[in-house]
Amino acid sequence: MTLESLYVKSTKQIFGVRGSLLFVKAIGGIRYGEIVEVSLDGTSILGQVIDVSRDIAVVQVFGSTAGITPGLTTVKFYGETIKIPASIDMLGRILDGLARPIDGGPQIIPEDYLDIHGNALNPALRIPPSEPIETGISVLDSLLTLVRGQKLPIFSGSGLPHNRIAMQIVRQAAVRGSGEKFVVVFGAIGVTYEEAAYFLNELRSMGALDRTIAFIAPASASTVEKLALPRTALTAAEFIAWNYDMHVLTILTDMTNYAESLREISAAREEVPGRRGYPGYMYTDLATIYERAGRVSTKKGSMTIMPILTMPDDDITHPIPDLTGYITEGQIVLSRDIWRKGIYPPVDVFLSLSRLMKEGIGKDKTREDHREVFSQLISAYAEAQYLRELSAIVGLESLTPRDKKYLEFADLFERKFMNQGEYERRSFEQTLDIGWEILSILPEDELKQISPQTLKKFHPRYRFEVEGRK
Amino acid sequence: MSSRVGRIYRISGPLVVAEGLAGVMMYEVVRVGEEGLIGEVIAIRGDRTFIQVYEETSGLTVGEKVVPTGKPLSAELGPGLIGSIYDGLQRPEKEIGVKTGSIFIERGVSVPPLRREVKWSFEKNREIKLGDKIAPGDIVGFVKETPLVLHKIMVPPEVGGYVKWIADDGDYTIEDSVAIVSLGDREYEVKMYQPWPIRRPRPHSEKLGPIEPLITGIRVIDYMFPIAKGGKAAIPGGFGTGKTVALQEITKWSHADIAIYVGCGERGNEMSDALTSFMKLLDPRRGRLMMERSVFIANTSNMPVAARETSVFLGVTIGEYFRDMGYDVVMVADSTSRWAEAMREISGRMEEMPGEEGFPAYLSSRLAEFYERAGRVKVLGRPERSGSLTIFGAVSPPGGDFSEPVVRSTVRYVQCFYALDYGLATRRHFPAINWLMSYSLYIDFVKAYWNKLSRWSEYRETALKILQREAELSDIVRLVGPEALPEEDKLTLEISRMIREDFLQQSALNPVDSYSPPEKDVMIMEAVMEFYRLAGRALMKGVTVARVRELKSRTLIAQMKYYTLEQLKSGVFENIVNSIRSDFKELLGG
Repeated sequence: MTLESLYVKSTKQIFGVRGSLLFVKAIGGIRYGEIVEVSLDGTSILGQVIDVSRDIAVVQVFGSTAGITPGLTTVKFYGETIKIPASIDMLGRILDGLARPIDGGPQIIPEDYLDIHGNALNPALRIPPSEPIETGISVLDSLLTLVRGQKLPIFSGSGLPHNRIAMQIVRQAAVRGSGEKFVVVFGAIGVTYEEAAYFLNELRSMGALDRTIAFIAPASASTVEKLALPRTALTAAEFIAWNYDMHVLTILTDMTNYAESLREISAAREEVPGRRGYPGYMYTDLATIYERAGRVSTKKGSMTIMPILTMPDDDITHPIPDLTGYITEGQIVLSRDIWRKGIYPPVDVFLSLSRLMKEGIGKDKTREDHREVFSQLISAYAEAQYLRELSAIVGLESLTPRDKKYLEFADLFERKFMNQGEYERRSFEQTLDIGWEILSILPEDELKQISPQTLKKFHPRYRFEVEGRK
Repeated sequence: MSSRVGRIYRISGPLVVAEGLAGVMMYEVVRVGEEGLIGEVIAIRGDRTFIQVYEETSGLTVGEKVVPTGKPLSAELGPGLIGSIYDGLQRPEKEIGVKTGSIFIERGVSVPPLRREVKWSFEKNREIKLGDKIAPGDIVGFVKETPLVLHKIMVPPEVGGYVKWIADDGDYTIEDSVAIVSLGDREYEVKMYQPWPIRRPRPHSEKLGPIEPLITGIRVIDYMFPIAKGGKAAIPGGFGTGKTVALQEITKWSHADIAIYVGCGERGNEMSDALTSFMKLLDPRRGRLMMERSVFIANTSNMPVAARETSVFLGVTIGEYFRDMGYDVVMVADSTSRWAEAMREISGRMEEMPGEEGFPAYLSSRLAEFYERAGRVKVLGRPERSGSLTIFGAVSPPGGDFSEPVVRSTVRYVQCFYALDYGLATRRHFPAINWLMSYSLYIDFVKAYWNKLSRWSEYRETALKILQREAELSDIVRLVGPEALPEEDKLTLEISRMIREDFLQQSALNPVDSYSPPEKDVMIMEAVMEFYRLAGRALMKGVTVARVRELKSRTLIAQMKYYTLEQLKSGVFENIVNSIRSDFKELLGG
C-alpha cells in the first residue's frame, strides 16, 4: 500500500467475524473505503472498510480470517483508500492482484500512487472507436474485428481453449501505423495452479514480455485480491495509455471467477441477492470495470478490453454473460460443437458480433475489400449451414451441383480459414486473401455481396491474370 | 440556509446516514462532507436522515458535516440548454472537461448548468404593455437560441402580478432581469432562466387527449403501431436486439421540435457515437444539424448509480419546460432498467423490505411518476398554446425475459409496447420489433391522420392478419414443408414475406432508408397490397404461386425503400404499380 501514515489508529475490539468480514468497534475518523491492517501474531493481512457507522465498522479482510481472536487481534486503520504504485517500469513484469511482484524481481518504483477504482471517463470527451487491432487470428480479424477503445468479451465454456486464444492474442496482437506504441496488459483472476503455470511459462518464453504486464491472482489467492485484480490491471493500463500515449489491450480471464468472488462477498454481507444469488449491483460493478475502455479526444492512447469468461453450463442467459453482454460492444462466442470437430479457434460466427467493427475496417484501416468479403463469407457460410441441415434430411444425392459447391465451401471455411495454428500469425491481407481463395470455389454469380469492381481487383482469377501479364 | 449542521453517522456506498438535521425536508439537497458532495434526502427516520449521495463516497469519515441547502434538487431552465451534454446533476460535461483539464469526471466539481457569461439576444413580446396583468406561463420575450429553436422566455409558475418594467430588445445574460412583476408591495424580477424541482411535474392548464401521431420515421412504428404526440412507449429487449440503435433513430428522425436523449447507465462509446452523429447529421425536414434541437444527458454505467434516477427526472423536466413553450418534445431514456437497478441498490442499503427480485415495492409507483409526466397539454399562460411531451423508455430485461418486474411494471403505464425480439435480431431483421407481441393503444386517435393519406385502417389490418396467419402456418411448414400447403396459404406466406422484408425491415445504416416519411410508408404498402389483390385474383384463375413469385415487379417492390420520397412521387411509384398490373395481365394472358 502507500507509505505508512504518521499516526495509525488501532483497536482490539472485534464484535464478530463472518466469512471474510470483521465487525469492529468504530473509532473516530475512520474513512469509508480505507485500508486496514489486521495483525496476527507476527503476520499481518490487509482489509478494507466497506461500511462504517459511529459504532461499528465493517472490514473486509483480503485473506483468511483464520486465527483472528476478538480482544487479542489488533486492527490498524491507515486512513488511505486502496492504491497501487504505477510506473512505466511495470512493463515486462509479473505482479499479483495488488501489484506486488511475483517474478522474483525488485519492487516497482512508483511514479504515482493510484486508486484502483479510477474515475469515469467524461462522456463528452469520448470519441467513437474507429481503428482496428490486428490479432493475427483470421476469424477474429476478418469477421469480428477488434477496434481500439472497444470492449469485446470472449464467451467460452469450461474445457474450451480460451486460455490458448488469450495467449495467442497476447503474443500476436499489434496495431498498424508507424510510431503507434502497443502494450498488452494481461490479468488472470482466480486461475488454477495449472493455468497459472501455463500462463507464466508462455509469458516467459514468448519474447513479447517487454511490451506486456501480467497480473496473476491464483485460485488460492484471497477473495478480495481476486476482486481487486481487474481494477489493478486496468489502473496500470490506464496509467500507460493516458500518460504515455500507448494503445493498451487488457485481457482479463476468467471474469466468471471474479463474479463468483463478488457473490461470495455479497452473501457474507447478507445483501439481498438478485438473480441466481448474484448481487443486484453486479451490472454496475462490471460496468465500472469494462467502461474503462475507450478513446478520448485529448489523448493519443486508447484503452481496449477483452474480458474472457466461461459460461456456466454453456448458458448464455446466465447472469454473468448476460450482464456482460449488456455492457460490452459485442461478444465472441466459442462453440463446443466446432471444437469437437478439431477446429481452433472454435468461434461460433453466427452468435458472435463485434458492434464497433463497421467503423474500424476498410480502406486505410484494414483493406478496401474487407467489408464485402466479410458479408460474403458470412452469407455463404449461412447458406452452407442451411444446406447441411437440408442434406441431413433429403440426402446428399438430391442436392444440386451448386449446393454441393456450398458444402465444399463450408468445409474449406472451417478447415482452412477459421482453423489456424496456435503459433501462426496472419496479417489482415493474408486473412482476406485466404477468404478470397475459398470464395473462389463458388460460382462467380453467387458472390452477390461483392461489387464487380472489387471482384475484378481481388478475385484470384483476375488477380492471377493481371499478375501473369506483368 | 439555517445554521443546522448535521454530522455523518454512517456511510455505506452511495448511502449516507446523518444525525442532527432537524427540520430537513424530504428530497432536500444537502452538501455532504468537507468536499460538499451533492446528496438528496430520501428518508427521515427519527433523528436519522438517509441521504443518497450522487458522487463517490470513498474517503468520507463518520462525524463529517452535512449541510442542508433548503432547496429540493432542481434543474436550471433557460437559454443554453440546447446542444448541452449534462450529467445526472445537470453539470455540463464539456465545461467540466475544460475546467478540470482531465479526461475523467472527478468528484466535487461544480459548474453551473447554464453559462452565465453568454449574452443572448432578447426580443420582447410586443403584446405586453406596462401595467398589464401577467400570469404564470405568459411569454415576455424571445431568444433565438439556435437556428431551429426559438426559446420563449416565460413567467415562472407561481409568479403573477402587473408588469412594472420590461427590458428593451438587446443582449442580456441569463442573470439579467428582463421584466419586473409587482403584486401589492412585492416585486419579482423575471430572468431568462428559472429553476424547477425535477421531481415535481411542471403545472399546465389542462391535459388534452391524443389527436395526431408523432411520426418517428420508422415504418413498423408509424404504420403498424403508431404513437401519438404526448404518448408513452416502452421498448424492451435483451442485448443485441438493437435497442440503442432504435432509440437513436427515434431521436434523430421523429417529427418533434425538441429531442432529449437520456443515456442512463449505458455504454460510454454508444453515447459518444450518438453525440458524434448528432453533430454531423442534418434534420431531413429542416436541413439543419440535429444537435441544434437536442439536449443530451449522459450518465454512463460507471458513473454514480444514484444519479441515474436524477438523469431521468432531469430529462423529463427539461422536456416539460420546452412543452410549456408550445413545442412537441420527444424524450428517450436508455435504459430505465438501469435506473430500477439503482433503486434496488439504494433500497437494499436502507434495509427496506424488498419486493419482487429485490426491487423495492415502490418501483412501480416511481415508474408511474415518470411516465405520467408525458402528455399533450394546454399549457399555462398567454398566448394560448398547447405542447406535448412524448416518452420512449428502453427496458433491458435480464436474459431477454419479459416476465421480470421492470417490464411488468412498465407495461401498466405505457400505451405503446415495442417488443424487441432476439430471434428477429439474429435473423438480421431490423428493427427487431416483434409484430405479434407489440401493440399500440393510439390506433383510434391517429386513424383520421392516416386515413387521409390512404386506406390505412384496412391495409394495416390486412397486413397484420397476414402476419398472424404466417405465424400459425409456420408450425405446419416446419413439419411438412412449404410445398405441401394449399396455394392460398402459399400466397399468404409469400405476401407476408414481402411485408416483412420490403416494408417492416428498415436499415438504420442506409442513408435513404433510415428515415421513412409517412407518404413513403403508404406507397410501399399500397404496392404490396395491389400485388396481393392481383395475385389473389390470378390464383382463382388457376395460376400457381410459383409463377407469381417469379414476377419481375416483385423485385421492384423490394427496391422501393431505397428510393427517396421525391423519386417515388415523380414517377417511380407509378411505374412500379403499372408494371405490377402489366405483369399480372401477361401472366393471365399467357
